Amino acid sequence: MKTLAKHREIWLLAAIAGLVALISVRFPGFARPGNLATVFNDTSILMILALGQMVVILTRSIDLSMASNLAFTGMVVAMINAAFPAFPIPLLILVAIGVGLLLGALNGLLVWKLGIPPIVVTLGTLTIYRGATFLISGGAWVNADQMSPAFVGLQRMQLLGMPVLSWIAITVIALFFVLMSRTSVGRSFYAIGVNPTASVYAGIDVGRTKFLAFCLSGAVAGLCGYLWISRYVIASVEVANGYELNIIAACVIGGISIAGGIGSVAGAVLGALFLGIISTALPVINVSPFWQMAISGSAILLAVVLNARGERKQGRIILRKAEAA
Amino acid sequence: MDTKAHTTQTPMRDHPATPRLTLAGVTKTFPGVRALHNVGLSLYPGQVTALIGENGAGKSTLVKILTGIYRPDAGTITVDGRQVSLASAHDAFEQGITAIHQETVLFDDLSVAENIFLGHAPRTRFGTIDWRAMRSRAAEVLKGMGAAHIDPDARLKDLGIANKHLVAVARAMSIDAQIVIMDEPTAALSAKEIEDLFELIDLLKREGKAILFISHKFDEIYRIAERYTVFRDGEMVGEGLLADASQNEIVKMMVGRAVDHIFPERQPQIGAPMLSVSDLSHPTEFDGISFELRKGEILGFYGLVGAGRSELMHAVFGITRTSRGTMTLDGAPVAPRSAAEAIEAGVVYVPEERGKQGVVIGMPIFKNVSLPSLKRTSKSGVLQLKEEFGLARKYTERLDLRASSLSQDVGTLSGGNQQKVVIAKWLATDPKVIILDEPTKGIDIGSKAAVHAFMAELVEQGLSVIMVSSELPEILGMSDRVVVMREGRIAAVYDNKGLDAVTLVQTAAGIAA
Repeated sequence: MKTLAKHREIWLLAAIAGLVALISVRFPGFARPGNLATVFNDTSILMILALGQMVVILTRSIDLSMASNLAFTGMVVAMINAAFPAFPIPLLILVAIGVGLLLGALNGLLVWKLGIPPIVVTLGTLTIYRGATFLISGGAWVNADQMSPAFVGLQRMQLLGMPVLSWIAITVIALFFVLMSRTSVGRSFYAIGVNPTASVYAGIDVGRTKFLAFCLSGAVAGLCGYLWISRYVIASVEVANGYELNIIAACVIGGISIAGGIGSVAGAVLGALFLGIISTALPVINVSPFWQMAISGSAILLAVVLNARGERKQGRIILRKAEAA
Repeated sequence: MDTKAHTTQTPMRDHPATPRLTLAGVTKTFPGVRALHNVGLSLYPGQVTALIGENGAGKSTLVKILTGIYRPDAGTITVDGRQVSLASAHDAFEQGITAIHQETVLFDDLSVAENIFLGHAPRTRFGTIDWRAMRSRAAEVLKGMGAAHIDPDARLKDLGIANKHLVAVARAMSIDAQIVIMDEPTAALSAKEIEDLFELIDLLKREGKAILFISHKFDEIYRIAERYTVFRDGEMVGEGLLADASQNEIVKMMVGRAVDHIFPERQPQIGAPMLSVSDLSHPTEFDGISFELRKGEILGFYGLVGAGRSELMHAVFGITRTSRGTMTLDGAPVAPRSAAEAIEAGVVYVPEERGKQGVVIGMPIFKNVSLPSLKRTSKSGVLQLKEEFGLARKYTERLDLRASSLSQDVGTLSGGNQQKVVIAKWLATDPKVIILDEPTKGIDIGSKAAVHAFMAELVEQGLSVIMVSSELPEILGMSDRVVVMREGRIAAVYDNKGLDAVTLVQTAAGIAA
């Protein structure tokens, strides 16, 4: 699995390099480090969200409610900031993570305790969380002039030559890396995705592990709720509408198997970067938005085909064993 | 085996006619396992032939060959005197062969009528399905079998298992199947339902159908069948009229065999009780189970499939709820509510299905080994890869695992080596009691010997082993004592001194010696 995954990420890296080279032909400044850093910063939120989604997908589930969770949490923190401008921003970020985690935990509980398929649960909460955003705001927007300078400014502050937003993304990536490769819960996400039955015998609680995955994706969506609102300085019911599909697309392009059990932090990050480059660079070189959609779509299909080829060989082995038994 | 006696050339007395179906010299081999070797079988119109054999004797493989799922490597199949090839389920259907399985293979979400006529539904002039004709013909067929109480419009999933069997039979009647295979049809039925099924079989007999009836239950076999065929280890070892054979003669045919490998010599050092189970009960699977496992002992659990052995072990391992009863481990009461708690207490379970329940394919060997021990291989929540590797190396070396590296995907290992990974994984948890469920099922002889030698080593080191096995040589060759289960209860506990296979089979099947 390891070598195969490595191959996948190397291929994706090569594809991204090719894409950058191609764009540089039309727009020579694109490959400058400064510009690439900007692209990275612009993609930070998608990368963070993709990591949360990755964990859920690894456990053979899916979280369709992430973008709605993000909108709801964003609205909550924007309204708090508008009402109490003195409320400290670090504390507000913790509130965002906490609210997001609660919404994620609700998804997880429905999956764990009631045994409802994740796609159904999160399709429901996708609408519910979006509706709740309308309810708490009464449909009103929170505008830039209602937000405090600290609220808006934190992620734009420069630290060692990069905006804080980029540093937050790097920190989250590092945390996920440690979580997935170096903790028992991270190992459990993989194990229950590959073989839930064997995991039960190994003493892993499959339901509880899925619940934790949803908590994680919720917390991450909450964090991004603050990041999104303070970046685009507007909170409305329509925030990130339909963005869940971009998140899932990033995961699929990044080689995370929709069937669960296969995927890596590097894959999710690279998948998000690939989409980020397409959406930030192509307009600059005058590629129509419809071509952008076509390119993203083709990338998704290509990724799925490559993944399916990678997984086919294992299927044969299982089948032969089953027959012999 | 002598296959001449059951070809059409030598009509025996009481044969009403020539056989409807004859198998001769059929052989089927899977990688590493010879499932059937040169077997023969004859089915006669208007007669029920019982197919008898231990688990793994090749009965299921035979059913799959007759229904076109598997193709034999060698041998001939003759239907009504013509040699046929059953290359697909459709071919079998064309030859008038139909099977009724233990768990019916019908479509739960379709109606009774649709199930009966799926694939051969009556058509209208326009080629669409003639629903009205289908319903009325379904009702006709059901009425003809005395099953008019089944509504052709009912969803199949709303019917009980007995009625599902009736629908399967109705399907056989509607396609005018002349050869009906019943694979343990009574396994999930009540006594009354079994009697109803038998009346139906009598009806099928009167209509001249040739029936193959597979069952473990001797009373049923003698009640309904005229003829028997006994399989053992993939070979046909006897056949004839049931009227000429006693139960004990048939049991002897089932179990008599040459020893195919030597079991390790042991000097058991049996100590104090390690695990005591008292009155353990489950609402539907087992009842009033009490037994004691002592330190350094191998306790064999023998029984027919469905006797409740695996379910009982699941309960001991904490993944199946119990309704009653207590357990004591090493003197202290235990009541594990999850696998994690059982592992913590020192009880581990090595499951039967290696692929589904054992290894995590796609993960490297070392991660498989450390999976139940992650708590011990991490320091303040962070996994220590070095510890994991060390753990994996220690136990895989002891088991003589053949792999190029511990980072190798377990999916690339042979069945026997995968089994070793599973065992290494459980040993690494440092257990007191290790439950092995069918530890050598489906692995080659060499790997079997390695697993047996290793079991001997385990108990030598003071572990206690429960071995659930349906293989008599293994039970007799490895156990210190044998618990025989029958229909969810303990039928007998034997000291394995001078114990013979016939006694075990008789106890498991409930036959008086």
